[in-house]
Amino acid sequence: MPIDIDIAKVARLARLGLSAEELAAYGSQLEGILEHAARVQALPTEGVEPTAHPLPMVNAHRSDEVEPTLDRDEVLAQAPDHVDGFFRVPAFLEDE
Amino acid sequence: MSDPADLTIAEAATALRSDDLTAVELLAAVRRRATMTEANIHAYLTIDAEGAEASARAADDAFASGDDRGPLQGIPIALKDNMVTRGLETTASSQILAGWHPPYDATVVTRLRDAGAVIVGKTNLDEFAMGSSTENSAYGTSRNPWDPERVPGGSSGGSAAAVAVGSALAALGSDTGGSVRQPASLCGVVGMKPTYGLVSRYGLIAFASSLDQIGPITRTVADALAVLQGISGHDPEDATSYRGELPDFGSQIDRGVEGLKIGVVSELSAEGTEPAVGAEFRTMLERLEGAGAEIKELSLPSTAYALSAYYLIAPAECSANLARFDGVRFGLRLDGETVEEMMGATRAAGFGPEVIRRILLGTYALSAGYYDAFYGQAQKVRTLVIDDFKQAYEQADVLVTPTSPTTAFKVGERTDDPLAMYLSDLCTIPSNLSGDPGISVPTGVDDAGLPIGFQVLAPALAEPLMFRVAKAVEDLAGFDARPALASSEGAA
Repeated sequence: MPIDIDIAKVARLARLGLSAEELAAYGSQLEGILEHAARVQALPTEGVEPTAHPLPMVNAHRSDEVEPTLDRDEVLAQAPDHVDGFFRVPAFLEDE
Repeated sequence: MSDPADLTIAEAATALRSDDLTAVELLAAVRRRATMTEANIHAYLTIDAEGAEASARAADDAFASGDDRGPLQGIPIALKDNMVTRGLETTASSQILAGWHPPYDATVVTRLRDAGAVIVGKTNLDEFAMGSSTENSAYGTSRNPWDPERVPGGSSGGSAAAVAVGSALAALGSDTGGSVRQPASLCGVVGMKPTYGLVSRYGLIAFASSLDQIGPITRTVADALAVLQGISGHDPEDATSYRGELPDFGSQIDRGVEGLKIGVVSELSAEGTEPAVGAEFRTMLERLEGAGAEIKELSLPSTAYALSAYYLIAPAECSANLARFDGVRFGLRLDGETVEEMMGATRAAGFGPEVIRRILLGTYALSAGYYDAFYGQAQKVRTLVIDDFKQAYEQADVLVTPTSPTTAFKVGERTDDPLAMYLSDLCTIPSNLSGDPGISVPTGVDDAGLPIGFQVLAPALAEPLMFRVAKAVEDLAGFDARPALASSEGAA
């Protein structure tokens, strides 16, 4: 069963600014890999619960106590652009 | 004494506690070995000369004042560069983290430092741990010390190569689909993946959160045990960290295999296995039988689908985990008119092709309309794999397979065919899906002198049993070959 992928849409969801050529190349590679991965559909799984996590664990809580975390200056020193303790980014909205 | 870079942890621990050797001398020997081999194997991305020297001196001071923290004190250890080290560049072998200096240490790093270990530096890997050869590194591939035309395996190729050659006495790697065990096998050293949750993932740059585990790469089984004991245990910083009581991992190590039932998984011992690997595997089975074990053929039908399930689950989880690399707070940033453009340009430029492939695959498998058929179905297959393992462990104490279907392949041989590359992990992936532990032990070499590894798998938390069988395999194999590059005289 050939798999048809809207690769431009997937790239947009993943915030990957790929060129048209790159999209075409990745699209066909993905179709090949997905055909192999889609073999999982051949196994009967009615009544089988999905496993998200290998260890049976619930509620990994810890007490709500304030403790020192990261040093703010050390963190900001790694930022591409920061001002007044904020990370600065380009505009979210284009000007109309 | 022979070159200290060729000591095991156990031997070095003895020498450090006598007048034979200081931690500073041991580090110097390891650094000399690195200087002689790096041009050939490129195991390291960063060597922390100053930090390592300071740690070695501190270890010697500690010994002198009677402060003995255990077997890892003074031992030079390398870390795969996907484990964050405060103030020391950490890249995950990606351009998107070039020049990044983390503001915190991974928990395993803190534990190693507290144990007095000497961290030599950061080793090369496939970018974001995605790969089976280290060829996906953005900083050049590492090479196999047994034949530098060949890959060291991956994704922890740098760590395995360093240990094989003696430019570290041990290394940490991470294993999501086999990335500690497979390179260990290809480099002729021991590599182990613990039960999921035994070792904290805090500070391990996440690839697939339900599969990733940090594990030791060492020259011997006993050394792997020592490192595991030093880094394992509950961590409140990792919500997936195991909270129950831990067994004494080494409690059975010298008991041998008499009376044990050893299961051979038929689905994992056939497809694509090289003749030499198959022959070596069967020879060890005969030796184990001779040592008193019962060998049983078992069928785990769902493991034939494990690879497919993995290549939906791991990319899906990675697509979520790698969303944080967006140019906002740290790492690479390319300009854009809008934040969406900035992120798109940054990520397209910063990630290599395999990473982009997996992010796209994972995003697709999770997207509306496709979730149930792909990711949802893969999670159900995961349950079937776990059930198959549970049934198998009712009939056998441990399961064994060749670690990798082949020995080390040539650089460039599989880079055009992602699916061929993925097949390297056929025997290791099922235990990542199940969360069970596994270890690779080198047993011999093929006619080209390339190492072959034997894998022992055990139920969750059955590390004592796993180490027991692994030690027996190691003793029966008597494998003590070293690559020619592991020499004091210079490159071969």
